[in-house]
Amino acid sequence: MSKIIELKNVNKWFDKFQVLKDIDLDVAPQEKIVICGPSGSGKSTLIRCINRLEEHQEGNIIVDGTELSESTKNIEKIRAEVGMVFQQFNLFPHLSILDNCSLAPIWVKKLPKKQAEEIAMNNLKRVQIDDQALKFPGQLSGGQQQRAAIARALCMEPKIMLFDEPTSALDPEMIKEVLDVMVDLAKGGMTMIVVTHEMGFAKEVADYMIFMDEGKIVERAKTKEFFENPKSERTKLFLSQIL
Amino acid sequence: MMNLIAKPSKANIKTYVPIGLFFVSLSFLDVFVNAFFNLNLMGFLPSKLNYFLPLILGFIGFYLIRIEFSGVRFLDVLNKNINSNNLNAILTLFTIFIIIKSIPPMLDWFILEANFAGNSKDDCTGDGACWVFIKVWFNRFMYGLYPDAEQWRINTAFLILFAIVGISFFVSEKLKKYFILFLVFVFPFLGIKLISGGSFGLEYVESAAWGGLSLTFIISAFAILFCFPIGVILALGRRSSLPAIKYISIGFIELWRGVPLITVLFMSAVMFPMFLPDGTFIDKLIRVLIAITLFEAAYMAEVVRGGLQALPKGQYEAAKSLGMGYWRMNALIILPQALKLVIPGIANTLLALVKDTPLIFVVGLMELAGMIGLAKTNPKWLGMAMEGYVFAGLVFWVICYAMSRYSQNLEKKLSTER
Repeated sequence: MSKIIELKNVNKWFDKFQVLKDIDLDVAPQEKIVICGPSGSGKSTLIRCINRLEEHQEGNIIVDGTELSESTKNIEKIRAEVGMVFQQFNLFPHLSILDNCSLAPIWVKKLPKKQAEEIAMNNLKRVQIDDQALKFPGQLSGGQQQRAAIARALCMEPKIMLFDEPTSALDPEMIKEVLDVMVDLAKGGMTMIVVTHEMGFAKEVADYMIFMDEGKIVERAKTKEFFENPKSERTKLFLSQIL
Repeated sequence: MMNLIAKPSKANIKTYVPIGLFFVSLSFLDVFVNAFFNLNLMGFLPSKLNYFLPLILGFIGFYLIRIEFSGVRFLDVLNKNINSNNLNAILTLFTIFIIIKSIPPMLDWFILEANFAGNSKDDCTGDGACWVFIKVWFNRFMYGLYPDAEQWRINTAFLILFAIVGISFFVSEKLKKYFILFLVFVFPFLGIKLISGGSFGLEYVESAAWGGLSLTFIISAFAILFCFPIGVILALGRRSSLPAIKYISIGFIELWRGVPLITVLFMSAVMFPMFLPDGTFIDKLIRVLIAITLFEAAYMAEVVRGGLQALPKGQYEAAKSLGMGYWRMNALIILPQALKLVIPGIANTLLALVKDTPLIFVVGLMELAGMIGLAKTNPKWLGMAMEGYVFAGLVFWVICYAMSRYSQNLEKKLSTER
């Protein structure tokens, strides 16, 4: 099976502190992978390396056939194909929701404005906030903002979506509306890598579970096996605390 | 005495408030009559008591009306803001007395005793200001030594400017863009050509003859126009990850920020030409403009950098994750937000720029304040410094206040938080 993301022996340091240790990871198209682990285990850093918001120092990261390295041109092309959703939403506060969504298609993909706005409205409809399109981010609730952020990433029509703890900054009653959108997206066949503590969501959509601790991948297993029969003691301990 | 009577409270509000207000009014009346009509109502009292009487009366009055939660709105607001305790009451009285006392002499100097008619210093017979001075020199204060017959060119240039700005408020957003492009990229050079002449059958007027308020505007406008983009680029440069660009930017900013403007201007006019090869000549005004522009750009850079640093890292990451490169990210996401944040700082720098323009006198160029300085040394008009500088102060204040209001409006218009 062909791989859309390949990480081989990736190592990364923040100064002298090693955050990623010998990471190997393959993701096939349409696969959904959920990464969990205690805080500081390197989960976020790992997915941020996949669109090179963080640089790795050793090993290879190949996304959709392109190796990520110093050369800038590749990076922007890859980033345009890899959507990312952040914990803090990071919507652009000076632009309306519609402009947030249509800005990158217009300026990066060079689509005509009309077409870009059409795509934006479709995606906003998909996450059910098309009625908020002309408002500014500051006027929306947290859940609505995060759904807008997902729509914004989808407007670039990415091949891969990365989610960096998308529900951690939300009030409990808003988590579900965001997870519903993500489940819907998963069912639509998107390749997804999700860092989250929402184990219900993981059980529902993930093909594989990855458990990380201290910068290493401790366990990688099919979702069912991971929850019913974890192999490592560390995983068992983590699951006992979180479930 | 005050300890013997009951403390002011809601119970005795009906008697205390009228008495208190009566005392306060009496004290104001005394000062007012004294200031405006030079009468001393209480002259029969011993001199020291007479002198402090308004203060004592006012103090007693304020004490009597200081009733907490009186239920009367006016009284509560008054007590809370200017009469919360004895010290505040005294400070309030002092402030009001000083204002009342200072109105008549100001009024006298500015208007009542001032001289408006005539056309020489001898016509100024009153004790107040000699506005004849401003009237006679008005043309020079506006146009400097620019030839009278050619002044229509300056007028036309500014009329066109105001007309375009005026019309641009009423046209659609799409047309507005072209108006702004024209104003920024075409008009400045067109305007300068019109004013300097030398072609199209217009007589050449050398820049040494330019001056007055029109020169203030020309220098301010050009310096603002150029220092802004240079400042933005320096601010971005200072935060660049490329060491060469970063250190060049830091060096540039720190060099220009560390030198007083007056020395920069002097060097631009006197020392700079010495380094040029023989035969090359750059107009003095242009040299001065470049000097002011670079000087203010260094300040602008630091203001803009403040805005760049205030933005959360997430904004950069979100822009990058959508595939934007460095320039797109800065132009579309970072700068619009950063500049909006620092509008007050930008306005501050630009106001300072406008008020720094009089310094060009060190190189012999005379804008408004410079022309006034020249006029007051004219043997026929000695002793007119006060009128001249009050006039200059007023004109600068009007310009700067207009800019300040504009920046406040801009801030409000661009606000997206509700």
